[in-house]
Amino acid sequence: MSEPPPARLPAGLRLPFDPLLALAAIGLMAASLVTLQASTSTDVPGDPYFYVTRQAVFFVVGTLVAIVLSRIDYSRLRELKYGIYGLMIAGLLLVAIFGGDTRGSRRAIQLPFFEVQASELGKVLLIAALAAFVVDRSRRLGERDTTARLVLVAMIPAIFVMSSDLGSGLVYIAILFAVLFVAGVSWRHFAGLLTLAAVSITLVLVAAPALGVTVLESYQVERLTSFLEPSSVAGDAGYQQNQSRIAIGSGQKTGRGERATQSPLNFLPEDRTDFAFAVVGERWGFAGAGLVLSLYALLVWRGLRILTVAKNLYGALIAGGIVAMLLFQVFINVGMNVGIMPITGIPLPLLSYGGSSVLSTLLAIGLLQSIYAQGRFAAATKRRSLPF
Amino acid sequence: MMMEPTGDRRTPITPQLALRVALLGGVALALFAVVFFRLWYLQVLSGDKYLAEARVNRVRELRIQAPRGKIVDRNGRVIVRNRQAVVVELDPAKLPDEERENAAEWGKRAGERLARPKGKRGEPIPYPPIANRALEVRYRNLGAVVGKSARRIHREVVRSLVLVPYSAIRIKTDVPESVLAHISERPERFAGVKVEKTYLRDYPHDTLAAQILGTVGEITPKQLKDPRYRGVQQGTVIGTDGLEREYDRYLRGVDGVERVQVDAFGRPVPNSALKREEPIGGQRLRLSLDLALQKTGQLALGNIGGGRPGAFVALDPRDGQVLGMGSYPTFDPAVLTKPFTQKRYEQLTGVGGVGPLFNRAISGRYPTGSTFKAITALAGLEKGLITPGAVIDDAGCIQVGEIERCNAKKQAYGSVDLSRALQVSSDIYFYKLGINAFYNDGDRGDVVIQRYARKLGFGRPTGIDLPGEDSGVVPDKKWRAERNQAEIECRKEKKIPQSLNVYAAGAQGCGIADGRPYNLGDTVNVAIGQGDLQATPLQLAVSYAAIANKGRVVVPHLGREIERANGELVQRIERDPASRIKMDEEDRQAVADGLRRAAGEPGGTSADVFAGWPHGELPVFGKTGTAQTSKGDQSWYVAYVPAKQPIVVAVTVERGGFGAETAAPIACRMLAKFYRVENAACVGGESVTR
Repeated sequence: MSEPPPARLPAGLRLPFDPLLALAAIGLMAASLVTLQASTSTDVPGDPYFYVTRQAVFFVVGTLVAIVLSRIDYSRLRELKYGIYGLMIAGLLLVAIFGGDTRGSRRAIQLPFFEVQASELGKVLLIAALAAFVVDRSRRLGERDTTARLVLVAMIPAIFVMSSDLGSGLVYIAILFAVLFVAGVSWRHFAGLLTLAAVSITLVLVAAPALGVTVLESYQVERLTSFLEPSSVAGDAGYQQNQSRIAIGSGQKTGRGERATQSPLNFLPEDRTDFAFAVVGERWGFAGAGLVLSLYALLVWRGLRILTVAKNLYGALIAGGIVAMLLFQVFINVGMNVGIMPITGIPLPLLSYGGSSVLSTLLAIGLLQSIYAQGRFAAATKRRSLPF
Repeated sequence: MMMEPTGDRRTPITPQLALRVALLGGVALALFAVVFFRLWYLQVLSGDKYLAEARVNRVRELRIQAPRGKIVDRNGRVIVRNRQAVVVELDPAKLPDEERENAAEWGKRAGERLARPKGKRGEPIPYPPIANRALEVRYRNLGAVVGKSARRIHREVVRSLVLVPYSAIRIKTDVPESVLAHISERPERFAGVKVEKTYLRDYPHDTLAAQILGTVGEITPKQLKDPRYRGVQQGTVIGTDGLEREYDRYLRGVDGVERVQVDAFGRPVPNSALKREEPIGGQRLRLSLDLALQKTGQLALGNIGGGRPGAFVALDPRDGQVLGMGSYPTFDPAVLTKPFTQKRYEQLTGVGGVGPLFNRAISGRYPTGSTFKAITALAGLEKGLITPGAVIDDAGCIQVGEIERCNAKKQAYGSVDLSRALQVSSDIYFYKLGINAFYNDGDRGDVVIQRYARKLGFGRPTGIDLPGEDSGVVPDKKWRAERNQAEIECRKEKKIPQSLNVYAAGAQGCGIADGRPYNLGDTVNVAIGQGDLQATPLQLAVSYAAIANKGRVVVPHLGREIERANGELVQRIERDPASRIKMDEEDRQAVADGLRRAAGEPGGTSADVFAGWPHGELPVFGKTGTAQTSKGDQSWYVAYVPAKQPIVVAVTVERGGFGAETAAPIACRMLAKFYRVENAACVGGESVTR
């Protein structure tokens, strides 16, 4: 660059940031704390703030990491792509070997203070690595070989995650599709990939059980199909979905506030993680749930906006991956809460309680801020003005 | 300054990327729209429905059993009350599916076996094994507390699952309070076990009036559809027999509902009492029964009857209020409040259904013997076949058709008028009256006595407020023809030759009638209460009450008043009004005179039984009866006392010998108790006549 930036110190702190994106994140974090306070005040006897405090700590740590990340040029991550990819695979392997079981799914490594869910952090790592691999082959994007390699790169961790946690695995695949899509992979390849996906789904759901091969555990199949007709399923999944709908529906326009019963009396299962949105719906009604949804819409809109202001393809791809990750998780989780999506155990970004999920989402937001900052900075230095 | 690697140059937005970003944005917009609309639908359009569902979720309705009303005697002394008992039940929904499937399979096979004809059923179907080890442990834990083996509980569970698949399985009724505490404190050890308090009927006087009180039980699915029980909730305890059934709608009460807020695990939430509907206890039923008289009657029947079956009825002749009603053998009704064994049940119902549960006072039909002579006399007087003063010669025997009939022990009484004939119970007088009636009855011969008897209540139920009343039999031409026809059809069906004599046919399963037409012998038999004439003790009491009443035939009844629990009157029980029969006062006096002399003057059939009785102030108008049956003499006594507080008593003892031997002393004791007469003998009489 011929023109050095104006000499103001320190450089990192003067980088611009996207206030709307920050607003959405802060709004959601606040909503999470308020919701958790409502739903968990009696969960731990004698300590009504047990979960709120912990979630707040996750938020503080996550926000600090995000701020630091947003002041760094994300482009440097490209150089570390093998390291990032390796870290992700290593993390998943460690979980597979040492991880503890939660409800039939092996997801986390127990650490002294909290457990690390490698599959959560892996989402962001995959985005960073996959985007880097795409950029490496950006001149040969039309080739089938490129698409195949990229699919392979993403599918290795995806299948790995899916083996224990189907929902999170699907997030990996959503990321893959989004990155390929933003990269400009040809429509034909997409058509081929979709066909492949359809065939493998058929194999897993229909052909394999017929041959007596168990690919999906019966509880997984039940979860995936119960949303079609919740009350007809006597088992756990149908019950959860029914209770969630009752919770949300009973909130009506403005919510039941302190008169809420579904969550306080434990009819609503997993009310601090998977079904946190239903708590919002019951307590604060359409007003509250709509506000939370709007914050997510804001988040996604800013993500797409940042995609367009990225200073390079790498940034655009990362932004695309992050948008897909957030959009997919929000839609699946909220859809599950309102009874139009299957139960998959995907947390609602920032709203659900859990350190790994919070950290991974805040990492993603930090990355978006970095892309925004770098994009704006590059534009400013090039005297190119972009519309806000 | 910054490294710009190949392939990652600053890329202005290409049209292709713009298109893709737009598409991505479009997808995002669509997804958010879908979720928003869904939210709108759930919360704004269907919110009411889900709010209601949330309410259903958290509110559990628990039935609070209403105590049934008490039953008290005419003086308010308690005959039936309630007591709280603890019952242990198993929730069928908490049993493993396998146990239920096994039970269903067993039920199917056992049902098929029962459907086969007797003798070809083969071995009983063995019970299935206990479904799994865990269940066996559960059964054993429960069994240890209630004193049953795991296998026995398992068998009871299987049977209950077959009979009433969704009802709670009652494992034990009436366990000590300590068991309630023990089980409630260890829910993990007693999964699916419910311990509840319930009301059981309690009978402070044991066997007193056992047959008339009846039983209670949970309403059956069939009864739920019966209009009689409209509005009754499932699980309600209703009266199933006797007075409990007859006055159920007063005694029943209305169960209450307790609504509690529960969490997802069904645990009640503290301080969350919701609206509670208190149970409304049943109303109190005051009977006309006199407990003291009842006790005396039952005691006398048991002692003097010497263990032979029998029954007594005591009525207020003015309005038919039942003052006492007993049947022997008897039982303690408390045994029916808990589950009992098949053996016990058979013992209660007895062979042919005439065990302790059988109320002989209203359901036992017996030949009446000489007690019927008063009715024959009234019929003859009414028709003008005899006059009170007309005298006949009683030589001890008389030729009726081709058969010679005699008084008991061929005793000859010489010249007897009606009054004397009743006093000494001359058969000859009434044979002659019977012959007279037969030949002065147009061309029928079966009208004079029978029509009068029917008007007095014979041959039809009296209409008492108890289920299971028998009609008795007043034999006439039509009745005999029907019996003969029934015999012919029975023989046809069982392929017994029509020519076979009635006794041989009887041994093969018919033996209903001998095929002969109605004749003189029938009317003569009816005239002295023999032959095919049969009546219940209650019918005789009603007919004598009519004599005491100058022709008013009352409808007997036990229920007198419906009251609140504190005794406040709610309503009097209305009975069907009495009917009237034409009874000439002079004729009635003549018959009454005979009855009075029979009980109160030397030579009367029951005079020595009533030795020492103050006949001056409390004249007894009584008649003995001795009906000859294939099993022995049926002892009868029917009497009324037209005092300020009148009473009519009818007593019978099967195989009790002459009327004066057993029935009369029992009646005497009852009257002595009723009128507080202390020096009456009330011992078996030496009567020579029936």
